[in-house]
Amino acid sequence: MTTIDKRHIISILVENEFGSLSRIAGLFSARGYNIHCLSVAPTSDDSISRMTLVTYCSDAKSSQLMKQLDKLVDVINVKDLTDETHIEREMLLLKVKSTLKQRDELKRLTDIFRARIIDVTDTTYTIELTGPTEKILAFIDSLGKIKIIEQVRSGALGISRGSESLEIKT
Amino acid sequence: MKLSGSEIIIESLKKEGVDYIFGYPGGAVLHIYDALFAAKDIKHVLVRHEQGATHAADGYARACNKPGVVLVTSGPGITNCVTGIATAHMDSIPMIVISGQVSRHYVGSDAFQEADATGITRPICKHNFLINDRESIAETFRKAFIIATTGRPGPVIIDIPKDLTDPNIKINFEYKKNLKIRSYKVKTNESEDKIQDAAKLICSAKKPMIYSGGGVVLSKASAELTKLTKLLNFPITNTLMGLGAYPSSDSQFLGMLGMHGTYEANMAMHNCDVLLAVGARFDDRVTGDTKQFCPKAKIIHIDIDPSSISKIIEVDHSLIGDTKKILKKLISYTSNYKKNIDTVAIDKWWKKINSWQKKKCLSYAKSSKVIKPQAVIESLHKISKGKSFVTSDVGQHQMWVAQYYKFDKPNRWINSGGLGTMGFGLPAAIGAQLAFPKEQVICVTGEASILMCIQELSTCLQYGLPIKVINLNNRYMGMVRQWQEFFYEGRYAMSYMDAIPDFAKLAESFGHIGMVIDNPMNLEKDLTKALSYKNRLVFVDVITDQTENVYPMIVNGKGHHEMHLAPSANEDIELA
Repeated sequence: MTTIDKRHIISILVENEFGSLSRIAGLFSARGYNIHCLSVAPTSDDSISRMTLVTYCSDAKSSQLMKQLDKLVDVINVKDLTDETHIEREMLLLKVKSTLKQRDELKRLTDIFRARIIDVTDTTYTIELTGPTEKILAFIDSLGKIKIIEQVRSGALGISRGSESLEIKT
Repeated sequence: MKLSGSEIIIESLKKEGVDYIFGYPGGAVLHIYDALFAAKDIKHVLVRHEQGATHAADGYARACNKPGVVLVTSGPGITNCVTGIATAHMDSIPMIVISGQVSRHYVGSDAFQEADATGITRPICKHNFLINDRESIAETFRKAFIIATTGRPGPVIIDIPKDLTDPNIKINFEYKKNLKIRSYKVKTNESEDKIQDAAKLICSAKKPMIYSGGGVVLSKASAELTKLTKLLNFPITNTLMGLGAYPSSDSQFLGMLGMHGTYEANMAMHNCDVLLAVGARFDDRVTGDTKQFCPKAKIIHIDIDPSSISKIIEVDHSLIGDTKKILKKLISYTSNYKKNIDTVAIDKWWKKINSWQKKKCLSYAKSSKVIKPQAVIESLHKISKGKSFVTSDVGQHQMWVAQYYKFDKPNRWINSGGLGTMGFGLPAAIGAQLAFPKEQVICVTGEASILMCIQELSTCLQYGLPIKVINLNNRYMGMVRQWQEFFYEGRYAMSYMDAIPDFAKLAESFGHIGMVIDNPMNLEKDLTKALSYKNRLVFVDVITDQTENVYPMIVNGKGHHEMHLAPSANEDIELA
């Protein structure tokens, strides 16, 4: 197994219970892993939450991490999506300064990236963009000198392609 | 049946077959104590400090393989348990800790004796619960016992707010034994094929080695391990936690391995071509430098915990599941392939091992002037015929017991291996003695360790526990001093203890018998006398050689073949 750090996107089904999130976050800090981003929300069964987590580590470390996550009593199922075909999306909310001069350029960029302007004031635009992380980063990059007032990202969400799913094992 | 929350707790414990609770009362658990007062089948042992309660429950669990139960109050009650919970967690000991919490409407308000018990204990336990409603008390207790005792065992904490234990509010009580926990499953990968492959690999070995640990004790697989080892005629070593799981007096036993393991065990590890690891976790005190660990070996690992596999050392073949079950199957497959074993090669391997054994790495310079600590343990073994339960604290004395008290049975050797908790020995002896009231329980300790939980001498008096405390008193924190001698050019920073109490008098003031042994010529006679008191705790303060070191020793970062032997045995060390 390689010892080079790479990006791992991990999906976790966990009991929607008091302390579940801190158990998972605590495991990362106790064992010296970092959480790059993390998102949590209930699933169609509201007693279960689904987390998507991105971390950077070697394959050897990630296989140990998966076992440690699986060992947590609250964790129902866990899967590393990285090496299988999967879809990722992230949402960006971006508030930028928009002077009269910049409005056309902002509108153009928004259209090119298939983003949406969701709020306008006399001096700002707030833009919503959904896509894979690379697209989010490319969009932010493309703004050039336009001043970003506030940037909010959801962190990556991931789902397997096709009929594969993260099951509730019983 | 309508019961209050407190009564539900007591009834749940009864359903789980709990006979002892180790605890200390306080505000948040007084309702529970009141219910306990009426309960006849559960005996409560009042300790003198909550740390003592956790170690006593731990010692009880290690001695009889049943979960130890602790009951403490909120705030300082549970924070005092932290060391004991972590100790049990590191050694995978089943334990249930019930802690009171402030009433629900006070939670989060910095109320008197409020502490975030589940937050504090989260990283040091297998699982924990904060109960939020009366209806889930019984179910939570059942879940806690399932989690604590199945798979890789461990401590589980149940934090319960005081208002939920109110004696005046009663609800229906039902205890569902067959409870399923959706998110908890003990995972296995054992298949007939995998076990068969392992058996083939084992029987193909020319220089085999078996290395077994605490998992064998926990899964009660001692008989199976012994049978397999005998069937194969292979050498075996035990970890510190695994001692006793294979009879030490047997000729195939090479002694403990690792940092203070024997020359023959460590050399056999370094040179073996197939290693069978059973219920052991490749701890750093066992492996030494992982890059040099068993460099020529194919490794087979049997363990209940998937996360133990290839965590420290990449293994070639893993069998995940209950050690006892897997060993049983392995025995039957091995019987089929036994004819493949190259007995000539095995004989040659044994000859090599015998040559390492000739080093007599555990020999030490005898003395008629000063008591050698090793001699104390050898005498104890002789007098007790090797049959005692022996608990220890942590340091040199712990290693000497591991090396010189040759355990022949599992569960007899009770020590804090993983966390290395000083103060463990005396309270653990309380638990062991209560589990086996008719057996002899010896606590071997040192003058530094014993002071960390000395207050439990008072508990021993209250319950009439005839424990024999053997205090190896070298007037140093011995292991610290040894490291300072080796690695800090003899600068004994804060190591010498120049305010040591008179232990014999101290024990007497607690109502016990105190003895001092300082003459090596009287050692055996005096120890025999101390051990002969049937109904009294005897505290024996043994004044030992101040500068004795524990040998052999593998320095941090070195391989198994790079041991330091005792100066007298140091000539012509054969390196592999």
